[in-house]
Amino acid sequence: MTDLKEELKAKIIEQLNLEDVAIEEIADKDPLFGEGLGLDSIDALELIVMLDKDYGIKLADPKEGRAIFESVETMASYISEHRK
Amino acid sequence: MSTVFINSVGSVSAQKTFDGTTFLEEVAIYNDTVIRVIDPDYKSYIPPAAARRMAKGIKMSTVSSNTALKEAGLERVDAIVVGTGLGCIGDSEKFVSAIIDNKEQFLTPTRFIQSSHNTVSGQIAMAIGCKGYNFTYVHSSISFESSLLDALIQLKNGEASNVLVGGVDELVDHHVDTHRLIKHIKAEPVDSSQLLQSGTEGCVMAEGAHFFVLSNQKQTSTYAELAGVRTFNTLSENKIGEKVSVFLSENGLTVGDIDLVISGNNGDIAFDGYYQTLADDLFGDTPQAYYKHLSGEFDTASGFALWLAAKIIKTQTVPDVVRLNHLQAPKLKNILLYNQYRGENHSLTLLRKC
Repeated sequence: MTDLKEELKAKIIEQLNLEDVAIEEIADKDPLFGEGLGLDSIDALELIVMLDKDYGIKLADPKEGRAIFESVETMASYISEHRK
Repeated sequence: MSTVFINSVGSVSAQKTFDGTTFLEEVAIYNDTVIRVIDPDYKSYIPPAAARRMAKGIKMSTVSSNTALKEAGLERVDAIVVGTGLGCIGDSEKFVSAIIDNKEQFLTPTRFIQSSHNTVSGQIAMAIGCKGYNFTYVHSSISFESSLLDALIQLKNGEASNVLVGGVDELVDHHVDTHRLIKHIKAEPVDSSQLLQSGTEGCVMAEGAHFFVLSNQKQTSTYAELAGVRTFNTLSENKIGEKVSVFLSENGLTVGDIDLVISGNNGDIAFDGYYQTLADDLFGDTPQAYYKHLSGEFDTASGFALWLAAKIIKTQTVPDVVRLNHLQAPKLKNILLYNQYRGENHSLTLLRKC
């Protein structure tokens, strides 16, 4: 689980071009949207595609993303349960 | 018909031109086949959250257009017109590569947003809240002049009062690779100070962004009058002199009235003959200058020429580094720019002191 969280942090930084953010600066429970990393709706689409492409998880209802993408911890937990 | 003035300039190029307070006091010399811009500190111009989705071309254009708007004392303009040969080609390539690599699956929005040529003009408009005329010209090496012409017509006819006009192109690896393959880029590195003596085919490819506020109102920041622009898609070498004479005549001038000709020689022996013909025949007794040893070659490199000409007229100084011959005019009133790339898409631009 810890490895997955670190992997996710690295992927988020790379996919979303967060040039000024280091892996160590993202805490597991930091909010990804709004305060925290300050991601927006375009980033949400990028994350949905990342789940599909890298972990084989398709979000049937994009509204599910709100809870899944709350933090790196919630993402890791969802991926662990649903990855193919 | 209104007179059109160049009220401000902004440049990001292979020289330290983003600092508008100096005029080629320090010159960067290169020994390469491809040269990139000297990057300003983009973070001081663009918030990090916005910058992370910006392609290089957008970043360069943001700095260049901000500089021009600031110098003109404007927050908004009536129209934005941008010329680009390839747009944000880096993101276009990434988007197309993703389509191929992922078998048309998993396409994300960020690269797509910037994969169209008009991204730059759109991003500038959004940044400054300009809901007016917004247009992008993609016409190879007359992309920038096409934009100038559009703005010139609008301003002359009073359809707009202030227009932000720019030219931008960025360098990316795949584009460089393909142009090396077809030998449009020089095979061997060239000392930029010896560019015209290289004796080889191809050019030194580069990138850059140049923006200007054109207006039909003169103000204290005004550099020069933009008197005329003419483009030709095709032109044979033996016709160029005739076309220049007609262009000058249309603007009430003769060859003797031109105080400086700035040519787009890029050191490609296969096509620099166009410039040489003009230099030897029509303008044999006219002061001459060139600039692609400073800017490199790209579709909108002539934006650097307009920046150079505007600075020369305003300061009444021709930097030694751009002189092509030893002739000097007592006063720099009329400057003619001539550019072409690989024998096609020729342009003539006339600036007048005001």
